[in-house]
Amino acid sequence: MDERNSSNVVELRNVTVKFDDDIILDNLSLAIKDKEFVTLLGPSGCGKTTTLRLIAGFLEPNSGEIIFDGVDVKNVPAHKRNVNTIFQRYALFPNYNVHDNIAFGLKVAKVPKDEIERRVAEMIELVNLKGFEKRPVQKLSGGQQQRVAIARAAINNPKVLLLDEPLAALDAKLRKDMQNELKAMQRRLGITFVFVTHDQEEALSMSDTVVVMDGGKIQQIGSPVDIYNEPKNAFVADFIGESNIIDGVMIKDRLVKFHNRKLECVDEGFEPFEPVDVVIRPEDVDIVHPDNALICGTVTSVTFKGVHYEIIIDVDGFKWMVQTTDESFVGDRVGLYIEPDAIHIMKKSEYSGTMGDYSYFSDEMEEISNPDAAIDAEDEDEKID
Amino acid sequence: MKKSTNALLNAPYAVWSAIFVVVPLFIVVVYAFTDAEGHFSFDSILALKDYGHNFLISLLYSLVATVITLIIAYPFAYALSKTNEKTQRIQMMLVMLPMWMNLLIRTYSWMNILDRNGIINQLLMTLGLKPATFLGTPGAVIFGMVYNYLPYMILPIYTVMAKMDNSLVEAARDLGCNGFNVWRRLILPLSMPGVISGITMVFVPSVSTFYISQKLGNGKIMLIGDTIERQMQTLNNYNLGAALSLVLMVLILVSMFIMNRFADNSGEGGLVA
Repeated sequence: MDERNSSNVVELRNVTVKFDDDIILDNLSLAIKDKEFVTLLGPSGCGKTTTLRLIAGFLEPNSGEIIFDGVDVKNVPAHKRNVNTIFQRYALFPNYNVHDNIAFGLKVAKVPKDEIERRVAEMIELVNLKGFEKRPVQKLSGGQQQRVAIARAAINNPKVLLLDEPLAALDAKLRKDMQNELKAMQRRLGITFVFVTHDQEEALSMSDTVVVMDGGKIQQIGSPVDIYNEPKNAFVADFIGESNIIDGVMIKDRLVKFHNRKLECVDEGFEPFEPVDVVIRPEDVDIVHPDNALICGTVTSVTFKGVHYEIIIDVDGFKWMVQTTDESFVGDRVGLYIEPDAIHIMKKSEYSGTMGDYSYFSDEMEEISNPDAAIDAEDEDEKID
Repeated sequence: MKKSTNALLNAPYAVWSAIFVVVPLFIVVVYAFTDAEGHFSFDSILALKDYGHNFLISLLYSLVATVITLIIAYPFAYALSKTNEKTQRIQMMLVMLPMWMNLLIRTYSWMNILDRNGIINQLLMTLGLKPATFLGTPGAVIFGMVYNYLPYMILPIYTVMAKMDNSLVEAARDLGCNGFNVWRRLILPLSMPGVISGITMVFVPSVSTFYISQKLGNGKIMLIGDTIERQMQTLNNYNLGAALSLVLMVLILVSMFIMNRFADNSGEGGLVA
């Protein structure tokens, strides 16, 4: 980030939220920079929506501070905060038409009538809803309602726009279009977007900064590229894209041992013989002839995905996922080749050993035919989810 | 095919309403425009001019009762819709509970309570105060209307309030509304269909009641319902009774038409279309 953008527009400091005895947010601190597109990413129940509601002012933290532009907003109610929200189901006012929904905030703020008309017309132009002004909002399609929701929030010139899974209700194709449109709109408006989603692809393709959350805690903050290439722990590695996460030991700097083989890598700074999690992305593995490889295994399943094949390979009981354009066949004995810089080493965490093994893929047939196996496999699934 | 299915589903109601609504209405019209011998006559219609006063006080009493009911029911329904589900269920039960008893029994009970020697006056006397007259006063009649018809106001308003998505309220706050503005710009317009239904469901039975006014009014307050009952039951003047009923019906239709003009602008959700 360059100097100009370095000021924090919103800051959460040591924020804790509890519902009864459930800890929803656990001593969370987060700084959001001006004009940034920040995504809060995590599975349901991770606290991402709660974080958004704290910023909006719909919820008070049990402890900790929320700071806007350096000022604590503890006693500032939602209607006086310079933020606006786009709700998951849009929450458009059914008693007003498109024009009046968009004009709502300005009318409440008692902006002069001619200025309201001018700004509403501008907004309607911006979100491509010309000709729909007099339509009741219930008569609009999902995508159009989405645009009204954006216009209704953005017209108030908020410093921060909060978006609570705004694309979740749209079908896949429209969602893709809206992703691009939202990103473009964020640049055009020049304001901060805080975007909540559980869709990792959405997060990676839209954000400047991704905040990965789980269990009321931030697991990692970083650019999409950092989050993908340098995940901090097994949770992040597994949640963002596909990952093979293997138990390993760091022999010394740049040398890691897993599957009982020593491989070169590029990571350093670990203790000698420190146990670690080794992450290797499925697309970073090359299938080679077994004679030329340190690690060998047996192909247990092959799925054609269009762009590539998704191959599950059993290596000493651990199932690898490999994405490759070369076709293999079930039962083939193959070698795995991994470039040193494709090996990413992570410190052990509470998530170690719970994810990153693709065993459940090839057990699927057994599940169908064996009821006990099915139960086991479901348990496995839950751990991985 | 769908059309014929619909027609079939509608058939029982069509037969019902033909026998029990259309035909009786027709008979009322016939009676209103005939004399005792069954000849066509305007006598009953012309005689109506002597009863203008009864129509007027009926309208006045039921309007006052409706307004009071609304003032009590609206905040209650709103507050109730904000409580947790269990409280809502229990409270709604309590609201409906009196309706499990017959209107006559409830009204008789109030006669006893409000009587010269009733519970309230006994209480006043033990406190060393002079007993008050309740029965026979306009207050008692209006009280009876409010008491009996309050659930019909609470129910439709509560229904629209409970249905209201809380994210709409949050959206309004998010867009700068303080508590009052949230109510004025969002909750009030969205609850209008319930209010309209409630008003209709309280006003219509109030304006045509005769029992409440007879018992709690001690027969001193002649509402239009009492007048019709007297013509029909006591004086056996079915023609004048029918004429009075006809006018009352027109009056109610006009009121409902005016109410629905308001409802047109406030979307859907009420019980009466």
